[in-house]
Amino acid sequence: MANDMMSHFELFQPTDLETAFELLDRWGDRGWKLAGGHDSLGWFKERIKQPQALIDLEGIAELRGIRETADGIEIGSLTTLTDIERDPMLRQRCGLLADAARRVASPQIRNTGTLGGNLCQDTRCWYYRYGLNCYRAGGNVCYADTPVAMNREHSLFEGSRCVAVSPSDTATALVALDASMVIRNSGGERVVPAGEFFMPEAVDITRMTVLEPGDILTAIRIPASWTDAAFYFEKVADRNAWDFALVSVATAMRLDASGMIEDARIVCGAVQCTPRRLVDVENLVKGRAPNEETAELAAAAAADGARPLNSNHYKIPLMQNLVKRSLRSS
Amino acid sequence: MANVLLGKNFTPPDVYGKVTGKAKYAEDFRAEGMLFCRLLTSPMPHGRVRTIDASAALAMEGVVAILTADELPEVPAPRAPILTNEPHYVGEPILAVAAVDETTAEEAIAKIKVDLEPLPFSVDPLESLRPGGSNARTTGNALVPQEGLKEIKWTAEDFAAAGEGKLPMGEPASTWSYGDLDGGFANAAVVLDETFVTAGNSHHSMEPRTAMAYWDNGKCYVHGSNQSQSFIVPGLANLIGIEPAQLVFIGENCGGGFGSKGAAYPIQALPALMSKKTKRPVMMRISRAEEYAVGVARSGFQGRIKLGFREDGRLLACDLYIVQENGPYTGFGDWNSAASAVSLVYTPEAMRFRGIPVLGNTPPKGAQRGPGQNQIATAVEPLLDKAARQLGLDQVAIRRINAPDHDSKYGRDQGPVTSAYMREALDQGAASFKWDEKQATSGQRQGSKVIGVGVGQAFHSAGANGFDGLVRLTPDGKLHIHTGVGNLGTYSYASTSRVAAEVLKADWDNCVIERGDSSRGLPWNLGQFGSNTSFTMTRTNYAAAMDAVAKLKAIAANDLGGSPDNYEIGNETVYRRGNPSRRLTYARAAQRAIELGGAYSGQEMAEDLNPMTKASVRGLAGTGLIGAAKDGLERTGMVPALAAGFVRIELDLETGKFEILEYLGVADCGTVMHPQGLEAQVRSGAVMGFGEAALERQVFDPEFGLPGAVGFYQAKPPSYLDVAVGMGAEAVDQADPQNPVGAKGIGEPLMGCAAAALLCAISDALGGHYFNRVPVLPDMILNAASGRPQSHKPLDMHTD
Repeated sequence: MANDMMSHFELFQPTDLETAFELLDRWGDRGWKLAGGHDSLGWFKERIKQPQALIDLEGIAELRGIRETADGIEIGSLTTLTDIERDPMLRQRCGLLADAARRVASPQIRNTGTLGGNLCQDTRCWYYRYGLNCYRAGGNVCYADTPVAMNREHSLFEGSRCVAVSPSDTATALVALDASMVIRNSGGERVVPAGEFFMPEAVDITRMTVLEPGDILTAIRIPASWTDAAFYFEKVADRNAWDFALVSVATAMRLDASGMIEDARIVCGAVQCTPRRLVDVENLVKGRAPNEETAELAAAAAADGARPLNSNHYKIPLMQNLVKRSLRSS
Repeated sequence: MANVLLGKNFTPPDVYGKVTGKAKYAEDFRAEGMLFCRLLTSPMPHGRVRTIDASAALAMEGVVAILTADELPEVPAPRAPILTNEPHYVGEPILAVAAVDETTAEEAIAKIKVDLEPLPFSVDPLESLRPGGSNARTTGNALVPQEGLKEIKWTAEDFAAAGEGKLPMGEPASTWSYGDLDGGFANAAVVLDETFVTAGNSHHSMEPRTAMAYWDNGKCYVHGSNQSQSFIVPGLANLIGIEPAQLVFIGENCGGGFGSKGAAYPIQALPALMSKKTKRPVMMRISRAEEYAVGVARSGFQGRIKLGFREDGRLLACDLYIVQENGPYTGFGDWNSAASAVSLVYTPEAMRFRGIPVLGNTPPKGAQRGPGQNQIATAVEPLLDKAARQLGLDQVAIRRINAPDHDSKYGRDQGPVTSAYMREALDQGAASFKWDEKQATSGQRQGSKVIGVGVGQAFHSAGANGFDGLVRLTPDGKLHIHTGVGNLGTYSYASTSRVAAEVLKADWDNCVIERGDSSRGLPWNLGQFGSNTSFTMTRTNYAAAMDAVAKLKAIAANDLGGSPDNYEIGNETVYRRGNPSRRLTYARAAQRAIELGGAYSGQEMAEDLNPMTKASVRGLAGTGLIGAAKDGLERTGMVPALAAGFVRIELDLETGKFEILEYLGVADCGTVMHPQGLEAQVRSGAVMGFGEAALERQVFDPEFGLPGAVGFYQAKPPSYLDVAVGMGAEAVDQADPQNPVGAKGIGEPLMGCAAAALLCAISDALGGHYFNRVPVLPDMILNAASGRPQSHKPLDMHTD
């Protein structure tokens, strides 16, 4: 039972990355990176996570900002969701991300919540959040995958042990945009495609991304090849504010001179523990006209392979319908 | 004569503090040497404490004391205890730790070892009624009126006879009926036999039930979060183990209660008891998650209803069975109230009710806005539409033909009502909403979106009598209106106080409302719950003001000659009729009252006043002219608050989501006292109703008994973006004959009518698909729209 009372920790507020890396290396898995805090503080108040040191990244100026680069757009990971939602250049050239950011949580949360935080947030499986010792928490059982479990918000795909889903709205958009994640640590920098940034539960069930304790996600790069495409983002949640997706869809589509679909990237959120890219559907629609017939065809294939749990089979038609809408309206 | 104050907008005095942030709530108070206490709560739905080892915690620096159930008087079952060695729900307090700060207290709790023996539990009433089903308590699973806690199991035959998906109807705990039920069904053109479920839900009060307490000079001071003021004093004093006169209760503001803070509640006594033990002031803040546990919840229903309609839609017969999810303790009478509501709102010519409250290991159940009435509105109203479809009737028409009027009868005793304008509310609403025009758009498609319209009704009894009024004119010319009703946040404490000013023809700027602290001399009043304040408190304030008027005239006659009958009041003076120059100002009269003493200034008082009022009058004696009287006005019937709601939505068949395009609520609340206050109630009630109908979650894992909604984001009360932008608010504005100013209450049905209207609109958009449950969530709508089966079974109490 959450007691709304954090345990003690040491707070560090570095103003440059080098200091942050030093702190992260020093504290290792006893340390915790803090951005907007909307995910972290919940864990702390519930005393389920009790790090000994908080490394607050908010003061590191170089982690903020939206820049046009030679081959696309680069966004600092500490840029707020409100800044992304309102940035005129992003709205014009990369509306998919701006739309996704606009549907995150509530205005108050978006004002301080960051893009990096939204991407790296932990899953919202209520059993896991309750503090139960499930697979994801290091135990050997999944409470959400029983014949009577309350798993309406859980996964349709994968989920061999853990059936929690990716909660991030912007993750779905960034995979569709073929973005790259810039990761730095004290040893240097590596760039990981967004599609490989999120951790499949079959690989490591205890974390949501490939980030190691010493790593910082410093920037997100969106390639010019996918800016200015036709976009569609839709998130269906119970509430229209301050809620996580039941299913979301992010579609980026480019048409050729004859108006046919030259290329498309279609990604669904909240259906497995990583954003689910629908490669088969993408291949299916390439070369076809973006019309009702193509949309219906895509919808029919969208949820292939789904293995619903006892209370989430509605996600199948929801996923199909969202994919259909995305191709009708992009 | 036209009212000067009543029916007009004004700014209630507590608004300033609320908009500037200066208003103080229980958590904002501090006292010298104050300790903080935290709770160790049960991690399991039912268990028994074997041992508690607190040695490591007590050895910590800054830890002052631990309080356990062993140190408190035992409470007879099924009353809820303050602390317990046999927790009956997840989050139930087992012990409390007091320390110099909250962090230390929490660290101490982490060091306490509690060995708990798990016991069988139940989170679904029907499962507990099955042969061999688990009991929520070791001593039973059902509460029977007059008998108390019992074990009741229905037979395998009961379950088999019902068939799949239908509520079995075994041995009830209570039954009543009137009229010729069989004859009614025999003559019916359409008979519906429907099983339904209404899930319980939490109250989501913004302010958790924090309390701070200290002892001084033999008195216990408690700063608490309550809807009510005077009403809670005897109950809270009893929980603390003192006489009511020893308790000073301070509760000027309450950050929402919705019924959950109407009476004294056990955990509220804990800081006082810890303070007694430690001899220091103690603050107990309750976390959001704890509030979802100890903050009680609305009871859920598993029900079955058989309705027989004549060809013109008239309801001839109704057979209702309700299994109430009661929580582990006393619970609340939702089940009976629901049945009584059916008897009035739909006026069936014959009716039978059977019901049983079944205990469960979920948070304790208590009153929530329209307890019983609002659940049953969500169950019955869509069925009226279903019958109307079969009979080829309009949705408003079938409600109109069954609507109650002044001659309608109420409940098992079929007693009278004071006034009922439901038909007028339906007619006014239909006209304002342009129902016929909107109804014609029902089913219109635009892409994947379809229009649905709905109308809903709800009721709550809304008035009491026999409580006391107390007013005081002081030599500075001020009229002090002492009100003990409390301040839930509806401003009705202020609008009802204006009756005293109206009667005394006092300038509102010269009035002071005395409230929020029992040491200010407050009368005995009913609590601020049950939509009763407008009716009850206008009467008490009227009675007290009339007493003051009589005393003004008597003082004038004494000083200026003649008899009291020769005098009138006006312009804050009492003057001789025909010779206004012979007059006393209120200020002068107040001074004279002090000089004359006796009943004029409270040294003597009416015998029939409540002891609490008498004590207050004694405390105020000699400070001015005292008007104090018990409301002895006539009341010969139940006072019905009635409401009708109209809604139009656009439902997306591809997502299961809907947008509320417009809403109108119409209140039968008697004469409108405070238009702005009423409008706020109509709209906020609707918002809460939309949550009940189609958003809020109260989730329990049936295997582990764990609660899945312990935060706002999990429980999902409506957000700003989930409700209509513009919501209309109207009132029939017809006086109730048994209130001196025509007022009746209204708060509760304004939620139920909106919830019902929204459910009806969803079903309408789906072409007549009825879910027979609340909440109806997007997954259910999408499954229905896609022709897929629902994930839940028809009788599942909790859906995800």
